[in-house]
Amino acid sequence: MTAQETVPVSAGKGEPLVVLSDVQKHFGQLHALKDIDLTVTRGEVVVVIGPSGSGKSTLCRTINRLETIDEGTITLDGQPLPQEGKALAALRAEVGMVFQSFNLFAHKTILENVTLGPIKVRGMKKETAEKKARELLDRVGVGHQAEKYPAQLSGGQQQRVAIARALAMEPKVMLFDEPTSALDPEMIKEVLDVMVDLAQQGMTMVVVTHEMGFARTAADRVIFMADGAIVEENTPEEFFTNPSSDRAKDFLGKILKH
Amino acid sequence: MDAITDNYQLIVISFATTILLFVFASIGSLLLGTLLVAMRVGPIAVMRRAAATYVVLVRNTPLLLILLFFSIAAPKIGINFQFVRIIIPTGWGDIRMTNAFAGAVVGLTLYTATFVCEALRSGVNAVPIGQAEAARAIGLPFSGVMRNVVLPQAIRAGLPPLASTQIALLKNTTVALSVLVLEAAYALKQLLDANPGDRWWLLAVFAGIFVVLVELVSLISNRFERKWRIA
Repeated sequence: MTAQETVPVSAGKGEPLVVLSDVQKHFGQLHALKDIDLTVTRGEVVVVIGPSGSGKSTLCRTINRLETIDEGTITLDGQPLPQEGKALAALRAEVGMVFQSFNLFAHKTILENVTLGPIKVRGMKKETAEKKARELLDRVGVGHQAEKYPAQLSGGQQQRVAIARALAMEPKVMLFDEPTSALDPEMIKEVLDVMVDLAQQGMTMVVVTHEMGFARTAADRVIFMADGAIVEENTPEEFFTNPSSDRAKDFLGKILKH
Repeated sequence: MDAITDNYQLIVISFATTILLFVFASIGSLLLGTLLVAMRVGPIAVMRRAAATYVVLVRNTPLLLILLFFSIAAPKIGINFQFVRIIIPTGWGDIRMTNAFAGAVVGLTLYTATFVCEALRSGVNAVPIGQAEAARAIGLPFSGVMRNVVLPQAIRAGLPPLASTQIALLKNTTVALSVLVLEAAYALKQLLDANPGDRWWLLAVFAGIFVVLVELVSLISNRFERKWRIA
């Protein structure tokens, strides 16, 4: 199938889409996000890496307000994130999210997982939603599993369904919160292939991951976080070959050795 | 044995009334309990507190007191069910659904709903938080998250305790004896008073019928459990 059907128009590429400015977040005593300033432009693929507990998942989750922030502002396509209620729900529909633990709806079939949002949130007709869902499932390579339940699929298949579920909402931006961390090595590849594909088709993506290969192949920019702050950001090429901060050198030294 | 064979009409009518009490209060308690649990786990603090307070107050009050309240005290403050007056004549006697019956249904509903709420809350706690997060992430509002994702799974997880609440309800209908609803326990008391020589038979037969009725509720629950089992 062609890319144009599900990927937002790449017109306006380069405009700011997600803007975080001076974002602060505390978990009790822990200062989880410190002075975060980040602009993701339309069509850009930003990979966020960093050691455990560095705040990268929290950062990702603040963008659709699964985590609230204490200070600062986050805007999506120029609109500030609403506090609660219907306006927030409407905004979340514009932001696709893929979780580390897949979180497919356990009591619904694969097809129902993908059609729930379009039917209930977008008010799409069931037949239209199913047709579209089948196309998306084919695209991520699990079309033949549509009638099964999530527990009957492998982790890699479940995660690809989760990507299809998010794409079905035709989001402006996709957030990936460690999408491959719960997968076996061979399943990681099948998920990353789908993500690389998506990136090449112009989807705006924020990806929290430990997959350095993905960062090198698909990222426009790498953000390195440590202790709740953005320590360094650069092109993948520069970041991996010539990191400027000691913290990043130390981190890369540890993960690239093996 | 004669007390039973001579009075089978009364026994049938009284158990029909028991079943009607159960059916109405069951539907009422499941609906109200679901509403209460949605309030208890919802995002609005006032609603959470209101539901929690309701559960504490009503669950901790003896059912007998609640039924007596609707029978004796509530009419004094203008709450009564005089407008309910459905009498189903049968060849064996009337099945009377009047103000006493309606008061008992309301009391049983309000009381059982607190247990339904807690059974469902244990079910909600069994649903992984990621399920609700994923539902929120595709843009469903709180009501949609609950209706489409959390409650269907919570009901499955909470089905065994939920069935227990309904079994307790079925047996608790006997408390309606205290407000003079002619249900099974009231009929039993009348028959015991009139036929003291048959008391063992009477107790055994009434207990036996309850065992069968409760087993039906269990069977229905087991049926749902099997049907909803996630592959």
